[in-house]
Amino acid sequence: MPIILLLSGIAALLILALLALFLSGRSSATSVVYGGGLLLSLGLLGVGAQHLLGNTAPLELSLPLGLPWIGAHFRLDALSAFFVVIVNLGAAVSCLYGLGYGQHAEDPSRVRPFVPAFVAGMNLVLLAADAFTFLLSWEFMSLASWALVVAAHRDPRSLRAGYIYALMASLGTFALLLAFGLLAGPNGSYAFAAMRAAHFTPAVGALVLCLVVLGAGSKAGLVPLHVWLPEAHPAAPSHVSALMSGVMTKVAVYAVIRIVFDLLGPPHWWWGVVLLALGGASALMGILYALFDADQKRVLAFSTIENVGFIFVALGLALAFRADGFQAAAALALTAALFHVFNHSILKGLLFFGTGAVQHATGTRDMERLGGLIHRMPVTAFCVLVGCVGIAALPPLNAFASEWLTFQAILLSPSLPQWGLKLLVPAVGALLALAVTLAAACFVRFFGTSFLGRPRSEAACGAEETDVFSRAAMLFLAGVAVLAGLLPGVVIDALGPVSSSLIGHQMPVQTSQPWLSIVPIAASRSSYNGLLVFIFIAMSAGIVASTIHVFASRRVRRAPAWDCGFADPNPALQYSASSFSEPIRRVFGPLLFLARTEVEIPPPGSMGPARLRVHLEDVIWQRLYMPVTGLVAGIADRLNVFQFLTIRRYLSLVFLALVSLLLVLAIWS
Amino acid sequence: MHGIAFDVAHLLAGCLVLVSFLMLYQDRLYSLLNTYALHAMVLFLSVAWQAYIQNAPHLYVTAGIALLFKAIIIPVALHRMIVKLGIHREIETVVGTGPTMLAGMGLVGLSLVVMLHAAAGADLMAREDLAFALSVILLGLLIMVTRRNAVSQVVGFMSLENGLILAAAGAKGMPLVVEMSVAFSILIAFIVIGIFLFRIRERFDTVDVQALDRFRGERQ
Repeated sequence: MPIILLLSGIAALLILALLALFLSGRSSATSVVYGGGLLLSLGLLGVGAQHLLGNTAPLELSLPLGLPWIGAHFRLDALSAFFVVIVNLGAAVSCLYGLGYGQHAEDPSRVRPFVPAFVAGMNLVLLAADAFTFLLSWEFMSLASWALVVAAHRDPRSLRAGYIYALMASLGTFALLLAFGLLAGPNGSYAFAAMRAAHFTPAVGALVLCLVVLGAGSKAGLVPLHVWLPEAHPAAPSHVSALMSGVMTKVAVYAVIRIVFDLLGPPHWWWGVVLLALGGASALMGILYALFDADQKRVLAFSTIENVGFIFVALGLALAFRADGFQAAAALALTAALFHVFNHSILKGLLFFGTGAVQHATGTRDMERLGGLIHRMPVTAFCVLVGCVGIAALPPLNAFASEWLTFQAILLSPSLPQWGLKLLVPAVGALLALAVTLAAACFVRFFGTSFLGRPRSEAACGAEETDVFSRAAMLFLAGVAVLAGLLPGVVIDALGPVSSSLIGHQMPVQTSQPWLSIVPIAASRSSYNGLLVFIFIAMSAGIVASTIHVFASRRVRRAPAWDCGFADPNPALQYSASSFSEPIRRVFGPLLFLARTEVEIPPPGSMGPARLRVHLEDVIWQRLYMPVTGLVAGIADRLNVFQFLTIRRYLSLVFLALVSLLLVLAIWS
Repeated sequence: MHGIAFDVAHLLAGCLVLVSFLMLYQDRLYSLLNTYALHAMVLFLSVAWQAYIQNAPHLYVTAGIALLFKAIIIPVALHRMIVKLGIHREIETVVGTGPTMLAGMGLVGLSLVVMLHAAAGADLMAREDLAFALSVILLGLLIMVTRRNAVSQVVGFMSLENGLILAAAGAKGMPLVVEMSVAFSILIAFIVIGIFLFRIRERFDTVDVQALDRFRGERQ
């Protein structure tokens, strides 16, 4: 029954998408589409949550759709149900935000029809239980999101982003197609149930793993397949960016978990190495990119790469532990990964909504032109602050809990028997620790430059608070983030069925622990209590603040500040986003970004300004993608000759091809 | 295998290959057309012989089509076309006769090697027949490739099609419908090509396909 409800909800979303096409001229279209989307997503969310928390057996359904000899198979198990919750929570809040934001978006009729279609596509991917349905829904999801990326089709940057995205998405789907081809085997058994029952040789397993990492990893944004992500996610309208960054990357994570943990059978220990290495590299590179960018939405997109890296590290750990038979540790790592999936989808949605509000209020996303918004947009500033604290993984918010769990799993790695893992896992742990600290710096910079200080432009000066729907969406997400941070045990217990269905083991029940602590392995080893930390922080901060107010405020005198010799400092002289990241750029820039600094000092006597120019280049784009594009363009140029041959030459080509094939046949036998 | 039946079939198929070789070095259009008529005549004899030894009356129909259309109507029509176009005096040499003949021999050798290997399990006669048919097809392609005049390219195409008919007649149990449809498609192709020839001529005052290439302004 729940699966029929889910499928009819998806069908209703598709009908809503069609309705949006017909309504495109009406003024009520925004309310109808986003209101309908909100209600439908809430319904889907309810069904998914009920199945996940009810801990019921997997449900299956096959419909006579699609290819006639296969049909369309659907399955709802704990893993699907968890991701249905993630997707529809994100979708519902996005629709709520869209109720306000969609009113004042430019050219909304190019966005509205695709939002419900995109949500429907993501839901279908989660329910699909055969390769054909899966790939069809996957491609539908990609196409709908592509249409949203190029919604602002008059901006050449969005067109370029759409082009790169289309290329990378086709590459990814192609890799997944090959992976499913290998999984289906020579008999062409495309149903997931048949794949689950089959046994694969190590070579096939390795090949499938690599193809899945290529296919789903490119959608999730793993380095070095991430190039499309920082272009495409910011190009879409903000509520769609939130969906793409917060939710669609999670659907890609779902694909990896479904294929690698569920369909591919028992893992080998080195499979974990692949995920660990790529995840560690993504975490570090993603946050470094984020630190050097001044565009708010690009910073968030790069931070998504970092978080996806984090999730993949946890998945790699789970694979490695599972291969070596440490089921409890594997359950811990997998739960950490899923918990982080939840946290990141909440926080990234919140932050993208915040940037959308700022962009609407000021017309810019450039941090160097913002500032002082905390006085003009207090609610948005508070919500973004919660998001920043959360995504920087500070206690007592939710991302701290999941990252802490990941580090607990990393600390268990010395018990692994393979020396490769024993050496690699601590190294990756160090990379993650570095990434987390850099993330904290990145989001201090993000919040500080945009919301604190003095406005750096007229637009920032005249900003106004955003509309009530947007505020409601942000406050709701901030509330969820705080609650999940204070009561992580509830979320961990909800994830139990997922981990027990995939690994056959689950983390100990947390809600029965005294004082709402979470104890991943044993109380003697480690425990964390978000509520106590929160109470401690609140009390100590309160005491310090009241002490200062009581004992120091009365002594404050207003007087001219010492102004370093500048009578009226321009707001542009404040500490800026690029000056904040300068020390970090000095360390990492020359190696990873080919950074060059040019200083132009005017000659003595000239009144011209001195200039400092910093050139950063994406080393992955330069060293990995440019040679490939150069090669393709070169080959295409050479082959272009064949378009302009004479008829006789074409005939000769056909003739030569025939003769050479016959020759091969003659020599072969 | 009846000795005489096999020998005659072998002889006629071999004659078809020989006539293909004759066509390879005809550099005047009239003589090329006459050789093509001879080619179709040999095909008629070969198919009729197959009909006789296979005891398949429908192959007589095929043979009749070959005689009527390919040996009489198409050569006469092309003859008149050449007179109308006024190109009966033209001489065309793209590749010299010697290299062309050598290439043709190589192709016949290749098709024999391929077919004798590929059809090793088949009936002896079908095998020989297929080998000769493939030779005729390859030689027809070679004629098309080495000619520049559109009319002689059409003739090369027709001789290629004769090779297909030979292969079809040798394989027992080929339904008549298939042969009929092949024959008609060839006829239609002939008509279309003929019309095109006149249109090309109207536009460019020549049927030398190089003129078309020059007109496109592209590299040779």
